[in-house]
Amino acid sequence: MIRVQKEDFDIGAEIEALTGGDDEIGAVASFVGITRADASEGPAITAMTLEHYPAMTERQLAAIEAEARERWDLTASLIVHRYGRLEPGERIVLVVTAASHRRAALDACAFLIDWLKTKAPFWKREETADGPRWVAARAADDQAAERWRGAS
Amino acid sequence: MTLLYFAWVREQIGRDAEEIVLPSDVRTVAALLEWLRSRGDGYARALEDLSVIRVAVNQEFATPDHAVGDGDEIALFPPVTGGAAS
Repeated sequence: MIRVQKEDFDIGAEIEALTGGDDEIGAVASFVGITRADASEGPAITAMTLEHYPAMTERQLAAIEAEARERWDLTASLIVHRYGRLEPGERIVLVVTAASHRRAALDACAFLIDWLKTKAPFWKREETADGPRWVAARAADDQAAERWRGAS
Repeated sequence: MTLLYFAWVREQIGRDAEEIVLPSDVRTVAALLEWLRSRGDGYARALEDLSVIRVAVNQEFATPDHAVGDGDEIALFPPVTGGAAS
């Protein structure tokens, strides 16, 4: 399941809604991304705005989720990604995977967040004391996603 | 054809979308970018370094040799930076 929204999400409620009542599930893995205040360089971040390309976001997230479900035996999966203005400490993204066994749930969760960072059309604009700036993509993110090629 | 611009590409070009009629000799993503550069300073500045430009044709990532046509929705944007800051 894919959701792109401005509002915050409740991690416990999301996991319960996705997995509650399904007695096939033996493992649930989750990843939560949080807005950080410390920049990799330069002054601290006071807020950031996430811009996205709605039609493409839905398509890309659905394709990434479909690939995960093909590679791992998952019972359920969920990606919630926020857009708009976020302050440090606020949640940005939630990935939940559920499976009979932990390995599938953990690996699929890591796969989803790694690919999401390189494929989903979101752009971060940070606000700092020195003014706003667009965040540049990091080669490390591409490498994190690439490690899934050929592996499973 | 619909052109969409995002993030700093949008800021430098000065608009988020436009409808254009393609010249008949513009048939690929690479040719489209080349043609756009000639349309003004904002375009030339935004598209100066094509290594930081990504293109989607009808919501799918596209390479420079990808075909473009009049009914397409083409988006130009920087490399994506979603997910967490981590």
